[in-house]
Amino acid sequence: MSAATVTRSTRASRIAMVLGLLGLVVLAAAPWWAGRADMRLMGEIYLYLSLACLWNLMAGYAGLVSVGQQAYVGFGGYMLFALTVFAGLHPVVAILLGALLAAAISVPVAVLIFRLKGAYFAIGTWVVAEVFRLSFAQIQALGGGSGSSLPVAVVKELGAKKAAREATSYWLALGAAVVVLLAVYLFLRSRRGLALTAIRDSEVAASGLGIDIWRTKLEVYVVTSAFTAIIGGLIFLQKLRISPDAAFSVNDWTAFVIFIVVIGGIGTLEGPIIGTLLFFALREVLADYGTIYLMVLGLVAIVVMLKAPKGVWGLIRDRYDLELFPLSYRVRQKD
Amino acid sequence: MIEWTGVIVQGVLLGGLYALFAAGLSLIFGVMRLVNIAHGDLIILAAYMGLTTTVMLGVHPFLALLIVMPVMAGLGYVLQRGILNQTLGDDILPPLLVTFGLSVIIQNALLETYTADPRKLDGGGIEVASIDLGGLAIGVLPLMTFLIAVAVIAGLQFVFYRTALGRGFRAVSDNQDIAQLMGLNKAHVFGLAMALALAVVAIAGILLGMRTSFDPAIGGGRLIFGFEAVIIGGLGNLWGTLAGGVILGVAQTIGAKIDPGFQILAGHIAFLIVLAVRPNGLFPRVDH
Repeated sequence: MSAATVTRSTRASRIAMVLGLLGLVVLAAAPWWAGRADMRLMGEIYLYLSLACLWNLMAGYAGLVSVGQQAYVGFGGYMLFALTVFAGLHPVVAILLGALLAAAISVPVAVLIFRLKGAYFAIGTWVVAEVFRLSFAQIQALGGGSGSSLPVAVVKELGAKKAAREATSYWLALGAAVVVLLAVYLFLRSRRGLALTAIRDSEVAASGLGIDIWRTKLEVYVVTSAFTAIIGGLIFLQKLRISPDAAFSVNDWTAFVIFIVVIGGIGTLEGPIIGTLLFFALREVLADYGTIYLMVLGLVAIVVMLKAPKGVWGLIRDRYDLELFPLSYRVRQKD
Repeated sequence: MIEWTGVIVQGVLLGGLYALFAAGLSLIFGVMRLVNIAHGDLIILAAYMGLTTTVMLGVHPFLALLIVMPVMAGLGYVLQRGILNQTLGDDILPPLLVTFGLSVIIQNALLETYTADPRKLDGGGIEVASIDLGGLAIGVLPLMTFLIAVAVIAGLQFVFYRTALGRGFRAVSDNQDIAQLMGLNKAHVFGLAMALALAVVAIAGILLGMRTSFDPAIGGGRLIFGFEAVIIGGLGNLWGTLAGGVILGVAQTIGAKIDPGFQILAGHIAFLIVLAVRPNGLFPRVDH
């Protein structure tokens, strides 16, 4: 009789972890080896990766398909501006406080829009984002509809010299991406993550096992909103200028993010990473074509959804039985 | 007093347009549980088709409907059978994401073809004409829009409950598999439902284009108005949708009267209040 053991990690996942850590060290050292334009691009990649991971957690695991996450991106951005300018807080403190406020505001929002099911929930989130946009456009102190710029004094708190500021804002973006990835990974590995995966696979069965579906979804929504607000704060810390249309743009903060996740592979942790890399590669190639680029992106997303609903990572995983983030359990036979 | 009466009348008439935005959404949700994120962009597409038709043939926008309606209906049938039918199933993600992709494609295709400049349909003077009712001026175009909306909804209601086509719609809505067993081709029925929905979209697009200027980016906003009208009125109830549109329109005109920047926000707030107080809408269909 041979005994069987249950493991989570595989050789591939252990190799991926070592390579990932090495890659992280190289990326963290970017201020010493990369040019300014490259660092900006990489910073943007990290922030999109974070947004994609968060949206994936909501849509791919909790079944909360939102097209209104720009509400929290913009909210985080505006909180950065408001709390630094009016309360004199340090930008990083302002961003973290903004996340807490976003979490607080997301609870009543969730209570309202959780009444809508499926696709109607999606459009409901969009309405909420529009309410945020129109409300911030009414606040004259923050520049009303035309927006405002971050004062130089606030920007200088990140570093006296331009190079130091750029390095700080790069590290903040990289740090945020690492924290989001780790948080989502650890969450999915935890007891709650297991509950969430059960809900994803079958709501009826999950509730039969005693999982409080509404509450689990609420937790995901609130945590995602808070993290999304942090990313929003960091985005506008890079941009240094905010306006309602830019802050609450459905194209920039939701459409692109959805395409990234769908193309990469929804409901997997690896998907958003692959998707982000593909998205930026496609953008670098097609950026000069503007509208055509967006049409191609929409078309690719439709084709992927119809022909390979698990995305690029799903194809790779099915072909090679790979899992870089060890989430599932494997049964092994001992000799 | 007369001023506020005017505001409310305008709101009611505006609600007719929103009911037209909503009727198509309501119809396809009722038949195949599909929520079309590209609905608003299709309305704008219809408005641009109207623009091209009126400019090329030199005809009135209402006459252009004779071309735009069948074209949109044909597009709807092809879209449904070619793409959307493949997305229907238990999982809500595919239809949502595919129509979201369609929305981005239509928006950018319009941007590529017509540029971002705001355009308008020339209604030959009926946009500015008004009837005087004892000091209360009522715009001819808003009034016509409202009457058309009532007629369209009455027509849809008739199709749904009095024709063989409507019986097919109701059958697949109740149970797709049994309807299929009874000899209905559900792929074809869904195609017809989308065709009918986009024919209504064509009417909505032409009326929108005569009423205000439009550009490729405003589709999302029209989707939201239609959606709010559907939810306020109650899912699956066409006359409720009209009532929802009217409530939304009145909320918006009252908001605009208080402060012009408050118009759209007031509509959204009215929607959120209804959602908080009556989550199933004001006139939900009674499920048997």
